[in-house]
Amino acid sequence: MKRVFWLTAAVSLLAGIAAGAELRFALHDDPKTFDPFLAADEPAEAVRYLTEGVLIRINRLTQQPEPELASSWKIENHGARIVFHLRSGVKFPDGSPFTSADVVETFHRLLDPALHSPIADTFKTDKGAVQVRAEGPLTVIVDFPAPAAGMDRLFDQVAIVSAQATQRPAPGLGAFLVAERKAGVSILLKRNPAYWKHDADGRPLPRVDAIHLDIEQNRDLEMLRFRKGELQFIDKLTPDLYERLAAEIPAAAVDAGPTLDSEFLWFNQSPRAPLPDATKEWFRSTAFRQALSEAINRADLCRVVYRGHASPAAGPVSPTNKLWFNPGVRATAFDPGDAAKRLAGAGFRLDGGVLRDQHGNAVEFSLITNAGSKTRERMAAMIQQDLARLGIKLNIVTLDFPSLIERMTRTLNYEACLLGLVNVDADPSELMNVLLSSASNHPWNPAQKSPETPWEAEIDRLMLAQAATADYRERKKSFDRVQEILHEQAPILYLLHPNALSAISTQVAGAKATPFFPHTFWDAEHVTLKSRAAGGL
Amino acid sequence: MKAVRTVAMVFLILIAVSAVKPEWWTPAQYDTQFRDAPDAPPSTRFLLGTDSLGRDRLSRLLHGTRVSLVLAPAAALLSCLVAGALGGVAGLAGGWLDRAILAAADLFLSVPWLFLLLMVRACLPLNVSPMHSAAITFVLLGALGWAAPARVVRAAVRQLKDSDFVFHAQAAGCRARRLLWRQLMPNVAPVLLAQFWVAVPAYILAEATLGMLGLGVSEPLPSWGGLLREIEGSALGSQMWVLAPAFLLTAVVGSFRLILPREDYSV
Repeated sequence: MKRVFWLTAAVSLLAGIAAGAELRFALHDDPKTFDPFLAADEPAEAVRYLTEGVLIRINRLTQQPEPELASSWKIENHGARIVFHLRSGVKFPDGSPFTSADVVETFHRLLDPALHSPIADTFKTDKGAVQVRAEGPLTVIVDFPAPAAGMDRLFDQVAIVSAQATQRPAPGLGAFLVAERKAGVSILLKRNPAYWKHDADGRPLPRVDAIHLDIEQNRDLEMLRFRKGELQFIDKLTPDLYERLAAEIPAAAVDAGPTLDSEFLWFNQSPRAPLPDATKEWFRSTAFRQALSEAINRADLCRVVYRGHASPAAGPVSPTNKLWFNPGVRATAFDPGDAAKRLAGAGFRLDGGVLRDQHGNAVEFSLITNAGSKTRERMAAMIQQDLARLGIKLNIVTLDFPSLIERMTRTLNYEACLLGLVNVDADPSELMNVLLSSASNHPWNPAQKSPETPWEAEIDRLMLAQAATADYRERKKSFDRVQEILHEQAPILYLLHPNALSAISTQVAGAKATPFFPHTFWDAEHVTLKSRAAGGL
Repeated sequence: MKAVRTVAMVFLILIAVSAVKPEWWTPAQYDTQFRDAPDAPPSTRFLLGTDSLGRDRLSRLLHGTRVSLVLAPAAALLSCLVAGALGGVAGLAGGWLDRAILAAADLFLSVPWLFLLLMVRACLPLNVSPMHSAAITFVLLGALGWAAPARVVRAAVRQLKDSDFVFHAQAAGCRARRLLWRQLMPNVAPVLLAQFWVAVPAYILAEATLGMLGLGVSEPLPSWGGLLREIEGSALGSQMWVLAPAFLLTAVVGSFRLILPREDYSV
């Protein structure tokens, strides 16, 4: 027995892996829920990612769907059906076997209208409901009412729950289990002893015994603790903190390149908005929007606000999204001279340093953004100076988030808004709830009964067309045109795509940051902690 | 102690004078962005360096001082006027009016003012200039800050009302209006003055708190609150100059405390 102990210790030392290892990093807020079907906030999604099993997982590095609880799958019926063959021998932590009954029960619960699951929305169409049925213990057939593009990718977010669990939420099929929760302080995840996965050498995964998630809202404190070696990962570093870390510990600072996210501003074009007619007329003028787009120096925004860790945006799709990015659409070049000419052509004139419309109204409007975001406040200040060159007076107003959402979605009492969009999936269907004119999240003119402009009608048609086929070339053609229309009409001025800035401790081996959420811990089951002798901090 | 107060007074005058005409001391306007020199260290061109957008820190500090030092006393004056009127009426009238004003004061004191300010600020019109936005912020602070001084004024008025000289004045046939202006007001004035001096630094700090939340004075106008926000996330070890607004705020608030006549607290 003693010999076995020494042998194990020696092997661990040689491998440089700390025994009883606990990975530690911070969530920036308490998860709003532990129900995997209701997770909508980032902390809850992080916990779900680490503790739940899914049929198909999108590899965050390659962006390709990979088999997880489904050992294989096949798309049939011209893209309207997906047949899953489930992995055998998988067990829940309570010892019950994983079968097709669990998948059917999962979808039964997920699609229950009374649950109001945000994940269920991605499975809803206006043509009918998704049907899920079992064919034997290890085969599941999912029928969509019509061909659905990229349907396999939708399953990355669906946590499979046990049909036999007596209480919810029950321990899942992920690599870790929630062992302890101190509300507002921390969450302790312990390795799932029943986890089915092994590494290439046949060793059981995950490699660490536990993950300690501290709830830490203060980013400076988070950085301080990282530098002291108390935390091993930081997701979504601000450019300031990233630069500081890169200067102090270059090996720990990782810029994984442009994310799928974008920062943008738009003008309120809703006819229901309680704005003066003159203001509405400016915002509905394509020439006005294009001129303002040309007057904003995107390169300066990237260089000054993001310290070079961002790239100018041409549209909603980041160049990182190689499958769907339209290289023919380029970010609008900074050209205040051309912007002035464009405005003059639309009847605007400069009068003593003040831009006036054809009725003599001085062009002045407010730009709202959320309080507490330094990067957005700085961007707004730079845009303010850029537009001042054209004689436009821009008033910046920072609002707390609930007030901002109230104005954007209910009262529509605002003029322009600066915000960002976090894209978790690379598929164009992800943008349906933003680009369709009928969508309540359609920023510039939400919830239209029918498209109010011909170009919005064309966007609707193209988006629905790309969603109704599984043919990549057809979809790409439609979505390329959508990107062109957005660039031509400029209803949203896309400004930049921020880079994924992360911190990965030198204590950690096997971690690689990606531009996709979760940036640092997406492969937590393969991560190991080095022993101090092996060179950890 | 008198010497310390004199030094504090001289310091405040110096600060006020340099904030009146900041352009005499600084090379650029507070909102001019030198985008080729963001976060520059102190130099002969920029004595306190530049901020993250390349704006001259010294210019922003002096302009921010002007904003905070003009508007904070104005807000303090507003709350003292309201407190004087309501506290005076409560103290003089007594009865249900006294109870009603006290209840209102208690309500104002129990309300979490920060959330109230956030809510009221969110309801205001959006299209206001930065200077108006700054004025609105301080008017809100002043309008919401009357409760504590009103209770002090009420206590003082009630004490005076029962005093012998008021009794004699009433016996001599002095009318209520004359009694108020000639007998009571001169005696309540030091109390109000003390409350004013206490309120000024409190409002400077309150605006700084709102600024830390990003809800104070709007861009590009600087204020001490907005400038203090820049300290957050800065590498203080290598950029000590970013602490200049904190030092100035501490020195000014400390100076206000020092010049406050101590005997005025006794009421």
